[in-house]
Amino acid sequence: MITTTHYLMLSLVLFTLGVIGMVVRRNFITVLMCVELILNAANINFIAFSRQLGELTGQVFAVFVITIAAAEAAIGLGIIVALVRLKQTVNLDQVSVMEG
Amino acid sequence: MKDLLWLIPLFPLLGAIVNGLVGNRRGWEHRTTSAVALTGSGLAMLAGFAAIIDWATTLGTHGVHANRLFTWIPAGPGLTADGLLANLTIDFTLRLDALSAVMLFFVTFVGFVIHVYSVGYMHSEGARSYARYFAYLNLFMFAMLTLVLGANLAVLFIGWEGVGLCSYLLIGFYFEKEWCASAGKKAFIVNRIGDFGFLLAIFWAFKVFGTIDFAGMQALIEADPGKYASAATPIALLLFVGAIGKSAQLPLYVWLPDAMAGPTPVSALIHAATMVTAGVYMVARSNFIFALSPTALVVVAVVGGLTAVFAASIGLAQNDIKKVLAYSTVSQLGYMFLAAGAGAFGAGIFHVFTHSFFKACLFLGAGSVIHAVGGEQDMRKMGGLARHLPTTYWTFVVATLALAGIPPLAGFVSKDEILGKVFAAGVGDLNGFGSVYLVLWGLGLAGAFMTAFYMFRAVHMTFHGQFRGGHEAEHHLHESPRSMTAPLVILAAGSVLAGFLGIGKALSFNLDINAFEHFLHPIAPALEVEHAPVLATEWVLILISVAVAVAGILLARRFYFGPEAFRRPKALAERFPTLYATVANKYYVDEAYDRALVRPLAGLARFSWKGIDTVAIDGTLNASAFFTEIAGDLLRFLQTGNVRNYGLLVLAGALAAAAWLLL
Repeated sequence: MITTTHYLMLSLVLFTLGVIGMVVRRNFITVLMCVELILNAANINFIAFSRQLGELTGQVFAVFVITIAAAEAAIGLGIIVALVRLKQTVNLDQVSVMEG
Repeated sequence: MKDLLWLIPLFPLLGAIVNGLVGNRRGWEHRTTSAVALTGSGLAMLAGFAAIIDWATTLGTHGVHANRLFTWIPAGPGLTADGLLANLTIDFTLRLDALSAVMLFFVTFVGFVIHVYSVGYMHSEGARSYARYFAYLNLFMFAMLTLVLGANLAVLFIGWEGVGLCSYLLIGFYFEKEWCASAGKKAFIVNRIGDFGFLLAIFWAFKVFGTIDFAGMQALIEADPGKYASAATPIALLLFVGAIGKSAQLPLYVWLPDAMAGPTPVSALIHAATMVTAGVYMVARSNFIFALSPTALVVVAVVGGLTAVFAASIGLAQNDIKKVLAYSTVSQLGYMFLAAGAGAFGAGIFHVFTHSFFKACLFLGAGSVIHAVGGEQDMRKMGGLARHLPTTYWTFVVATLALAGIPPLAGFVSKDEILGKVFAAGVGDLNGFGSVYLVLWGLGLAGAFMTAFYMFRAVHMTFHGQFRGGHEAEHHLHESPRSMTAPLVILAAGSVLAGFLGIGKALSFNLDINAFEHFLHPIAPALEVEHAPVLATEWVLILISVAVAVAGILLARRFYFGPEAFRRPKALAERFPTLYATVANKYYVDEAYDRALVRPLAGLARFSWKGIDTVAIDGTLNASAFFTEIAGDLLRFLQTGNVRNYGLLVLAGALAAAAWLLL
């Protein structure tokens, strides 16, 4: 029997992986993927509680989050393209200066 | 013309504006600048004479003509000291009467003559400073004429401050030299002490009388003298404090000798003939207040008498020709106040009048000498100049004789009048201070002796004997140009003739031909003295004062003339070294003021600067700036620009928020 707790455990693991990856990785693309992990961990939470409580609100929220994640990925990849054109790198440690 | 009095000060003001704002900037040629300046002062003289003639023919010399221009300060209704509701206003009014006519006459006349002299004296100045000089000189004429014509204390005060400003500007004319600039500052600051008293007097008079118009105050006092008797003493004394500053009396005389740092024509015009006599004029102008207060009168007399002797004694040992004349001026101003203090306001003004001629002549003569010897002012480096500067020599001697009090020259007539009046006040026991006046008469006589001595000492040291300034300088000796000698001759003639206007009663064997006193009587009447001395006594006094003057001249001749010149004074100085050093160092008054006042005040100023301003105020400001900077420096480390750092901070913040919510 897979209970809500199991979903929450999975969600927690994904969230932690996302956060750690976001903080420790230097590659912009990896960081972006970690953000996706964090968002989807939240989605699993929404879906799990939606199922347990028998309400659709959580699933509606999950759809919204997916939409936002898509928009975020589009903008993030756009920034990465611009960054590569400007600095020929995707290393975040090399883009700490606000100029140019 | 008498209704256009405002034109008289306006002409020199226009001259000052044109030369000061245009001529100075453009660097006009000397010819243009002097044309503007001479037109300004010349038109003022002509307008002044026309006004006097118009006034005398239409109103008579006893008349008072007031020319109200506009309401200057409408103060609105207010209570006077005795509780009356009055409409308090101060009008800008000019006034022509016998007293201002006298002042107007000699201020414009001597002023114009000195303008002419300046054209020659200042010709080697550059174009811009030449224009600056004449702008100041014209501005001075404007201020002095406002002072003389003012019909109330406030208008008089405008002129009073204006002449002080011009005096400051002209003393510091050679401001590149540090000592000239500080002499100007000294004059301004010392005068400020006196002006403070004058201002208080104006406020007090406004409170008591509800008006500061001379005519208005006089009418109130004449209506009820008893009511104002108690207020008269403080007002008169405060007015006199103002006069002490402006007219260089004890203890505020110290600025006048230093004022000799200015160009010599300035010394002649401002610091001998006109501005410094403004104090005497002001006392004579407010004679109705002084007459009410025996205390104020005797204070005026004592200060004047002491100054006369004190300054004359300093003059005995000065070697700078202008310093001798400066101390002589202080001393003569003392005589004028002595006369005013004895209630003889007319005699005081008469001495102002005659003094303006012979002292201006002496200063201009000294200027001519300084011009000839290339700027040297030390009489020890002169001598034998009579051969080279004949006109200067003769005019200088005439003016010296006048100052020494040799009949029938102007100085004799006016000084003798003063001493006679003081003696009469002593014998007649004026206001119960008879013995004081007798002592002052003795002091005046001693001062007359010293005057004759130091003036002839100056003549002998400058003009007689051998030239002591070296061969080079001797080669350059020359008589001054026409524009400088002509004023000398005119003023020397004035020194001879001016005295005949005011021949005293005794001198003319009771003929009563003292035109000057009759002229002034309606405005500045002398106080009546009971038991006037008889004619024989007065003649004895006259002979005594002449004898004293002659004795001074003979002593100076014995000391400073002929093959044995300088031997006796040197021997005396060696015998009494302390006494000589004290007198030659001006009784160390400057040093005492320096110790007692200047240094403590400078110390206070230094403390305010270094202590309060630099440390306390700037320190607080700098400290707050320092801490802000430190805070910024520390916070800067948060703002790394590194996205992952921000991510970590967001995480830490989220964890902290979660912990706070859960725990």
